[in-house]
Amino acid sequence: MTWVQLTDVTVALGQRDVVRGISAHVGEGELVVVVGPNGAGKTTLLRTIAGLIAPRVGSVRVLGHDPVRVPRRVIAQGLAYLPQHYELAFPFAVEEVVLLGRYARQRGLGIASDDDIAAARAAMAACDVAELATRRFDELSGGEARRVIVAQALCQGARCLLLDEPTTGLDPSHARAIFALLRAQCEAGTAAIVVTHDLDLALRHGGSMWLLADGRLTARGSPAHVLATAETRAAFGVPIHVGSLPSGVPFAVPA
Amino acid sequence: MAMTGFISGSAGRLTAKRLVAVLALCTAVSALIAVLAPLFGVVVDRTGWHLDLLGPSALDPGSPDHAILWIRVPRALAALLVGAALAGAGCALQALLRNPLAEPFTLGISSGASLAAVVAIRLGVDGVFGVTGVGGAALIGAAVTLLVVWRLARIGKHLPPATLVLAGVTMSMFCSSVSVLIQYTSDFTDVIQIVQWMMGSMETVRLVTVGYAAPAIGVALLVLVAYARELNALAAGPDVAASLGVAVGRTQTVIFATASLLVGAAIAVVGPIGFVGLIVPHALRAVLGPDHRLLLPTSMLGGAVVLALCDTIARTIVPLHHLPTGAVTAVLGVPFFVVILVGQKQRALLWGRG
Repeated sequence: MTWVQLTDVTVALGQRDVVRGISAHVGEGELVVVVGPNGAGKTTLLRTIAGLIAPRVGSVRVLGHDPVRVPRRVIAQGLAYLPQHYELAFPFAVEEVVLLGRYARQRGLGIASDDDIAAARAAMAACDVAELATRRFDELSGGEARRVIVAQALCQGARCLLLDEPTTGLDPSHARAIFALLRAQCEAGTAAIVVTHDLDLALRHGGSMWLLADGRLTARGSPAHVLATAETRAAFGVPIHVGSLPSGVPFAVPA
Repeated sequence: MAMTGFISGSAGRLTAKRLVAVLALCTAVSALIAVLAPLFGVVVDRTGWHLDLLGPSALDPGSPDHAILWIRVPRALAALLVGAALAGAGCALQALLRNPLAEPFTLGISSGASLAAVVAIRLGVDGVFGVTGVGGAALIGAAVTLLVVWRLARIGKHLPPATLVLAGVTMSMFCSSVSVLIQYTSDFTDVIQIVQWMMGSMETVRLVTVGYAAPAIGVALLVLVAYARELNALAAGPDVAASLGVAVGRTQTVIFATASLLVGAAIAVVGPIGFVGLIVPHALRAVLGPDHRLLLPTSMLGGAVVLALCDTIARTIVPLHHLPTGAVTAVLGVPFFVVILVGQKQRALLWGRG
């Protein structure tokens, strides 16, 4: 089943076309990693799929809905978008931040039900932030905060996750844990589109890779395949050497 | 220790028990102040001045105390109503602007309302319609300003905080300038009236004005409370709020319009009274935490109490004189402001954010 469908999508920011003519689809259980140089339009593409921007040309369908037209509350139950920059204006506790993920499913005052609390606890445990539950969000380190935000997206119970550089600022162990977590979610049926600069982890965990350069989808396929193409070398200005360690773990190094 | 944790919410999320307990406590305190405030007075005799509490005799229509009580009751009711309106609007606007130091008057509504009042006084509206006429003009001024600021600040369906503040400040400057020009070309009696109105006072409030304002303010406050969860979600920014399922543009517009009308109504009843809308939600947030499901209603109750207290002080602190309530809130508000500023600086030093 196709969960995200992009048909000839062109997105303009101001006068400039930032995303050009992208057609692609993401099915159930797919982990797509999106790579490309800075300014290639990756964030704009993600925001368009999330329904925050309307495409100038073309159509976007998420779980069959047009995310720009359908009420946000309906989309939120199926799709969660994690932006690159996350600033909380007020000193909420971690548990409260994660529980916000239940907004679309709650009614009235939204006092947390047992289901809500269970979902939040499960999400926090999956992201290894359970012991931070009563800490203030603004007192966390950058990496801890990022994991809490991922927990919020998981708590939303969305089957489609859009993550913009989720491992930026995380130490190697936690970065690996996030990707392992995403992989596990995808194996359970969730579809995820992840923008990342972490080529090693993209290579290791990504099911398929999209290369975005100058607004266009110039290469797609398995990560190992895409990273070795001429388009990737042209996009980054440097060849990416793909290999694997004796243990079988793959790596990707700009050479 | 466990009790303070329960109230302050250091235990994490909001539970129904805590919501009910804290609200019940705040309502009880507010009700107590509401009943006691009109009873407080000051009496001056040969031994100096001392407090004079009206007793049960005031309920007897024959006694002179009754007349005194009846003069004070509209003031006290107005103080409760306006205090709740200003603090509620202030809390909502702090959430909308994602800034804990936002004041309801930041958005230019106050200047627009004041300009309308100045024009009304200059045109002699008060001669025809009395003080209610000036109030009505102020409300119209607030509504017009609100529309202009909204059109100026809108980007697509959203009301971004940055443009909202810019538009508000621009309106403020414009309205103040025109107001000053009008005052410059007015005669002395008009100027005195304008200055008196600008100081914000409960003295000329009539029960009938309170009667008109109460249901409108009540409904507006309920609308704000209904959006408490959305205000929580907005704290993480419009993108995350949209991802969570909030209709961001609509929420921003409703909050902005409702808060502005609350401010306009408050100004229409008693003139511009500052600081309450900033200090009460800000202080309560430090004590109760930022969850708006608790913070909004308690801010409203807190604002009612604070303004009722300020009004009582205004009536009694200088014997035989009634200070303008706006002056009292300003004098009490400035030290609070300094404390907040010092706290911000310390926090910036501690966490290394400039």
